[in-house]
Amino acid sequence: MNFKQQRDAFRERKISAKEAVQNALERVKADQNNIFINHFETEALNIAEEIDNNFENFKGLPLSGVPIAHKDIFCTKNITTTCGSKMLENFKPPYDSTVVENCNNAGSIMIGKTNMDEFAMGSSNETSYFGPVDNPWNKKLVPGGSSGGAAACVAANITSISTGTDTGGSIRQPAALCGITGLKPTYGLVSRWGMIAFCSSMDQAGPFSKDAFGCAALLDAMSSFDIKDSTCSQRKEINYERCLDEDTKSLKIGVIKNLESFGISDSVLKAYEASLTILESLGHKLIEVDFSELSSGICSYYVIAPAECSSNLSRFDGVKFGHRTNKQQDISELYMSTRAEGFGDEVKKRILIGTHVLSAGFYDAYYLKAQKVRRMIKNKFEEMYKDVDLIFMPTTLDQAFEKNRQSEDPNRMYKEDLLTIPANLAGLPAISFPNGFQNGLPTGGQLIGNYFQEDLLLQLTNKIQEVTDWHKMTP
Amino acid sequence: MAQNDTLVNGWQPVIGLEVHVQLLTNTKLFSPAKNKFGQDANTLVDFIDMGLPGVLPVLNEGAMKQGIKFGLATSAKIAKTMIFDRKNYFYPDLPKGYQITQLHFPIVKDGIVKLEDKEIRIHQAHLEEDAGKSMHDQYDDKSVIDLNRSGVPLLEIVSEPDIRSSSEAVEYLKKIHQIITYLDISDGNMSQGSMRCDANVSIMRPDSAEYGTRAEIKNINSFKFVEKAINFEIKRQIKILESDGVVEQETRLYDANKDETRSMRTKEFANDYRYFPCPDLVPTNISEDFINQVKEEMEELPEEKEARFIKEYELDVYESKVICSNKETAKFFEQVSVKTDSSLAAKWIIGELNALLNKYEMTLPNSKINADNFSSLIQKIKDGTISGKIAKDVLEEIWNTGLDANEIISSKGLEQISDESELEEIAKNILQNNSKQVDAYKSGKDKLFGFFVGQVMKETQGKANPQAINEILKKLLN
Repeated sequence: MNFKQQRDAFRERKISAKEAVQNALERVKADQNNIFINHFETEALNIAEEIDNNFENFKGLPLSGVPIAHKDIFCTKNITTTCGSKMLENFKPPYDSTVVENCNNAGSIMIGKTNMDEFAMGSSNETSYFGPVDNPWNKKLVPGGSSGGAAACVAANITSISTGTDTGGSIRQPAALCGITGLKPTYGLVSRWGMIAFCSSMDQAGPFSKDAFGCAALLDAMSSFDIKDSTCSQRKEINYERCLDEDTKSLKIGVIKNLESFGISDSVLKAYEASLTILESLGHKLIEVDFSELSSGICSYYVIAPAECSSNLSRFDGVKFGHRTNKQQDISELYMSTRAEGFGDEVKKRILIGTHVLSAGFYDAYYLKAQKVRRMIKNKFEEMYKDVDLIFMPTTLDQAFEKNRQSEDPNRMYKEDLLTIPANLAGLPAISFPNGFQNGLPTGGQLIGNYFQEDLLLQLTNKIQEVTDWHKMTP
Repeated sequence: MAQNDTLVNGWQPVIGLEVHVQLLTNTKLFSPAKNKFGQDANTLVDFIDMGLPGVLPVLNEGAMKQGIKFGLATSAKIAKTMIFDRKNYFYPDLPKGYQITQLHFPIVKDGIVKLEDKEIRIHQAHLEEDAGKSMHDQYDDKSVIDLNRSGVPLLEIVSEPDIRSSSEAVEYLKKIHQIITYLDISDGNMSQGSMRCDANVSIMRPDSAEYGTRAEIKNINSFKFVEKAINFEIKRQIKILESDGVVEQETRLYDANKDETRSMRTKEFANDYRYFPCPDLVPTNISEDFINQVKEEMEELPEEKEARFIKEYELDVYESKVICSNKETAKFFEQVSVKTDSSLAAKWIIGELNALLNKYEMTLPNSKINADNFSSLIQKIKDGTISGKIAKDVLEEIWNTGLDANEIISSKGLEQISDESELEEIAKNILQNNSKQVDAYKSGKDKLFGFFVGQVMKETQGKANPQAINEILKKLLN
């Protein structure tokens, strides 16, 4: 059942919330792909029962009676929140993140917390302390990352919606690799309160679902102005679900000149070209734009993100919460052993890079220059949006890849984020939707909008999904 | 003041001060936890102050107002946009592993602090959060941490190296103290750590074009220690340079017990704080309207008050300065002036009352003196009910008991005797009983007049009106 069917079934009392949760939990227990770090039986069933007992109050809510899975980066009150790390293996936050609170208030029932790359650092879900997640389409392949568990959860039909976060592509890339729809909202649309920080200036939470409809409903629930997040934007609330029915006028859609020169695989290019035909057939105009700065984004990102992460992860020192080493002769040993034991290799690598690029003597050459490139990319988008309404490109360079590629060629792994990173650097909204099927695997197309144009992204994706069936495919 | 006055053995000290001031606000700089001193350990701690994962800072507007007030008081530039930075270092009482502070875009820049004879330039004043407190002496086998102070708002006031002697440093510090307490920016309590001072000290030859290498002395917590620590440091550096040594750039700690500074860490071991803009806080714009609003809410500055007191209460410059040296005294003076003679009140505040406060190391608010009992005393002096001498005793009595002057005077019968016939009767008796002295006086020993006055005073327990007694004695003796 997709999201709409699930919710309609509840609203029409064809299925109770409790039954929906029981069914979902059965699928969780049957999961062979290591999608969940934790799941909750008693708690979820209790909440479902409460919803069933108060049906009239809940039936009108955007996520009424629908089971949901949250990425384990969102703090859940008195419930273990690991962020995919040994460091937080036993950490129980005394608060709910705003995203979780909003989803609870919207009538959804949390059935579990999904697996992820450690502290959201990775593009394959292999850096998780709790082991890699298998791609539901092919167990040998990765689901993408860092929200690999969240994407696989929806792809494998365990839940119809799940939450993720996207710092450099962590929603869109796994959505593409798992054949589902995922939206990274404008920076500041969804509150970051209670979401464990990786790179604060780019982290943004967003929805996963099979289709644009599910994403719209979940975004309605997730987004809210939050006084507890100073970077959260205070703006008029839009009802994204209702927007879907509005007609998209004829749009000017930017397509990147010389796209093939960025090293995109044939299968992805083929799907991309097919999408262009569909866009035109829907009455939209394709306009070629020059975006040669695209590839410098990745260099900027892999300086700024580690810099912020090196500072954000300083709090994990074994003094107040989280893992603490048994070796503690003195304070230095407490710090060093705690962090050596608690963090995985990818996290350590990024902390080292981040510490280096912020150091005296290197700050100007790396951090400052990276910020300049970031500004340049932001300016470039502004320039492009004078001529076009949206930009369309593939989400990834290639389809889902085999495990263990990371250790063989880390640079290639970082390059995986080439097409998703620009939207994060600029803070723009972007959506990935299934746009083809090659070699038994899905491909993803990506629409990048101007600030706060989530409604337009969802509308257009919805229109595309009215004339295509890629989002209905099931492993 | 000629510059040479500040030379020490032919060396010119050059001093800059960094003053940390804890701001008076309801809540902390970035969290809703209460900002209060002296509570049980770890009772004023929010998730934000603990640096838990996923929590975010939200700027306290009240702290921003305090910073702006200081800027206005020192004729400084208030930032149009201020930016918070992260200063990264590991320490157990720094829960996030970084301190949120302001490096390049502080709230206040380029101010002036006016001393008696010169002006000290303020380089900048910036907002930042305080760290928690580590305690190492409570247990043998472990250290413990109190996070009540974690996140308390601080204003760090950084002077230019314009100070040339330890006494100037103290004068500057006292001026800062006056400003922050006057404007309720801080309670300025140095013993509780609400105001702390680091001193950058170097020496050079007076004709040198370049400053010498400086040492930074950390955490000096009283006016007296500032003077002592700087003096020690100047002497230490002179000794090094005069024996052809080199002053190292380092951080030193002042030990008040031994009255010396000790090396804490040298330059090679200095922290690399890896400052960068804090991504959790957007750049904060400060509008003209907001500044004007703060200006309107702001209380009178010391200088303004001094000028007003001279005009309104006809005090002289010295009196007004002393009365206005702290806000409590100025406020007290105005309360007393409503009820009685302001000029006489000023004299008694500056003289006898200040003497008592100094003697017992007390402040007005925690003494038993209040505007009511003090003004009743002044009124009794003014209308001649008691003499100045008796008044001192009455003041002491008020100091001890807090009773009203009228009550003390009537219960002890201290009213001045001005009744001429009564005084004449007493004087006659005195002269009769001291006939030898009367004869001596009459034969030219003028000095004995004082003896007779003294005898009358003794007889009346000091209550005789001195003027009346003088006239009566003169009449009787001539």
